[in-house]
Amino acid sequence: MSNQVKIKKGIDLKLKGTPEKVLATAHQPSSVSLKPTEFLGVTPKLVVKQGDKVKAGSPVFTDKHNERITFTSPVSGEIIEIKRGEKRKLLEIIIKTDTEMVYENFSVSDPKTISREQVIDALLKSGVWPFMKQRPFDIVANPTDLPKAIFISSFDSAPLAPDNDFVLHGQGDVFQTGLDAICKLTEGKVHLNVRGDEKPTGVFTNSKGVQINKIYGPHPAGNVGVQIHHIAPINKGEVVWTIKPQDILTIGRLFKTGKYDASRIVAVSGACVKTPKYFKTIQGVKLSDLLKDNCKSEDAARFISGNVLTGSNVGLEGYLGFYDYQVTLIPEGGNDEFFGWLAPGFNKFSLSRTFFSWLTPSKEYNLNTNLNGEARAFVMSGEYEKVFPMDVYPVHLLKSILIEDVEAMEKLGIYEVAPEDFALCEVVCTSKIPVQSIVRKGLDVVKKECS
Amino acid sequence: MKPLRNILNSIKPHFEKGGKLEKFWPVYDGFETFLFVPGHTTHSGAHIRDGIDLKRVMITVVFAMIPALIFGMWNTGYQHYLAQGITDSTHMQNFLFGLVKVMPIVVISYAVGLGVEFLFCIIKKHTINEGFLVSGMLIPLALPADIPLWMVAVATVFAVVIGKEVFGGTGMNILNVALTARAFLFFAYPTMMSGNSVWHADTAFSGKVDAVTGATALGDAASKMPIEEFTSKYSTLDSFIGTIPGSIGETSTLACLIGAAILLYAGVASWRVMLSVFAGGYVMGVIFNLFGVNTLMQISPLQHLFLGGFAFGAVFMATDPVTAAQTNTGKYIYGFFAGFFAILIRVFNPAYPEGVMMAILFMNVMAPLIDHYVIQANISRRLKRVNIKA
Repeated sequence: MSNQVKIKKGIDLKLKGTPEKVLATAHQPSSVSLKPTEFLGVTPKLVVKQGDKVKAGSPVFTDKHNERITFTSPVSGEIIEIKRGEKRKLLEIIIKTDTEMVYENFSVSDPKTISREQVIDALLKSGVWPFMKQRPFDIVANPTDLPKAIFISSFDSAPLAPDNDFVLHGQGDVFQTGLDAICKLTEGKVHLNVRGDEKPTGVFTNSKGVQINKIYGPHPAGNVGVQIHHIAPINKGEVVWTIKPQDILTIGRLFKTGKYDASRIVAVSGACVKTPKYFKTIQGVKLSDLLKDNCKSEDAARFISGNVLTGSNVGLEGYLGFYDYQVTLIPEGGNDEFFGWLAPGFNKFSLSRTFFSWLTPSKEYNLNTNLNGEARAFVMSGEYEKVFPMDVYPVHLLKSILIEDVEAMEKLGIYEVAPEDFALCEVVCTSKIPVQSIVRKGLDVVKKECS
Repeated sequence: MKPLRNILNSIKPHFEKGGKLEKFWPVYDGFETFLFVPGHTTHSGAHIRDGIDLKRVMITVVFAMIPALIFGMWNTGYQHYLAQGITDSTHMQNFLFGLVKVMPIVVISYAVGLGVEFLFCIIKKHTINEGFLVSGMLIPLALPADIPLWMVAVATVFAVVIGKEVFGGTGMNILNVALTARAFLFFAYPTMMSGNSVWHADTAFSGKVDAVTGATALGDAASKMPIEEFTSKYSTLDSFIGTIPGSIGETSTLACLIGAAILLYAGVASWRVMLSVFAGGYVMGVIFNLFGVNTLMQISPLQHLFLGGFAFGAVFMATDPVTAAQTNTGKYIYGFFAGFFAILIRVFNPAYPEGVMMAILFMNVMAPLIDHYVIQANISRRLKRVNIKA
């Protein structure tokens, strides 16, 4: 049985710099990084020192509370820097890459023939486990949980996002091996959600052992949280795991070759890129290596690991995130606008029609990072609801988070949401309220209360 | 714009922390952000943002009120000359007379209201909020043209302080600010806000004898003018166009609907509220028609929607996003009852034959309750899901 979900609320932002469907090989990365701050719910405990040599797949740090979860190096090389922040918080571990890649050896096996425990063990040891995230709370999955279902969104609907149909083309065999491993992890269903509006690649449609659901509509239709909400909503006490298609390839390669092969295809996109296209590179790659000779203006751009809605501003000297398959370069803002609130605004993007840009609805925008206003109290109503396709009252949930009322948060559906689901609310907000960080705070508060 | 920017930059240090005029930072900031949308960039969350901000929303609403304002000015003159027995005044004469009468009210409303806002911002060390841009225009439009200016000032102070600032400013208020001003005047100076003498500029105080009559259409209906006479005096078309006596901005349903079109197309106001206010009023009108025991009950439901401040209230007052219901379902309920009660109060109110103001204020108070039940329904849907499973 397959579900069909039609999403009506939402918006596909049209930005300049869509990556052309051409695959290039990026320059050999000089260094890569692991950022413990990306792994929410994890307290990192280092197992290496500066100057240590590591292979691809060697442990770098583990979770203090659950030492089975290891985080391994994506490359072979030398630990050259360990960055710490306030209170010695571990921020980033930089690894200088060897010219010749050396891999740790893990066992080659067919996931179909081994037990659930053996699959989990293989995933944990090699360091691919953290790809598996859990809802509620949008944190790294706990291997001792038994999830009621696993959800895979086969497509990313965010602006300028990589097209997984293109990225996974011809890799059906590896993908299926990865899926076989994932199917072992739950007694419930594994949902593979594909785009309904267009014909997805055979890699997805020919998958076995999973339920294929069709999702129609604009962003955030590709958000796994929205899909879960419509197919099998999460109730209090339930756990659902989620994973992205390229991570399944990594898992597939692990079982087929016995190596942690952290290579991935990254879409380099955005208006500040000379030739936006796809690059075959590696997880944690340094952006200046990935973007060599491909930036229009290095000073005036913002370098985002991820998409414009949820990505992080890492800078040209920063590194690609563990969960990111996209790099977006958009112009940095910062200019005052004389009577900007009164001007006709032919070039202003707005969901409302208060600017005359409604005359050109199909225009591709070159948006900068301007906030376009100042923070205010909640004034407008019904605004978030236009881009928030869940049966959850977003403003009321946010208000319950602001007053840290855990009971109200539970009642209003905090278990079903993640910050990324609110990203469009944040974009369209007239009052410029930092919605995503409020949601993250709410999830942290509730998680603390529950543990 | 460079010179202006330079002037602002050169005086800025005085207002910043440690400067001589540090206290007046909100005033400086208010002017600076008025002239220049500040180039703040995103630091957390989404990297790109919608072009809209609260200033843009407010200015869009003000634009939407311009047709009502212009028509109100013209009508003030038209009614004045009509009351003087002059029927051949030109449109320009009408408009200029109204302009002279109405402009001071608008200026006083903005000056006093913004003054109070700045004062509060300085005391509370807040940045200035743009909510009053709309309230400052709504207040004059909801008042009769002959209102003494000092009353406008007093009412504005009351509305801004008691209606808004005590709750914490724009976004926190329970009652619509402009309606608070009007309600204040209505209860504090009833003779200036009701009766037959106030609706024509320069009649109440000049002592000139009314050549025609000073009553509003609803006033005539309430004083038992037979329905036949009523309909011949106030045709449905006249009430729709708005060539009848009344508050400055409220008489022309046409002008209000032009404003409504702007608001709805721009996506600033809620069509759910607007539509359901009209629906609620119409339903009540139909019910009264069934009884039809007096003139007010006999007025056709459609004409009820054109008379008095109904359209103005539905389009500009009920849709205030802060004081209306916040949930989409709640908006239908809120709007329907606002319209329903408006006509109910209009017909049954013995003191003053108009109910839009009271109905909307009442529903402002009820809006959180409506939302509460809508939210509860959502919560029990969520709980039910668990119970079915268990």
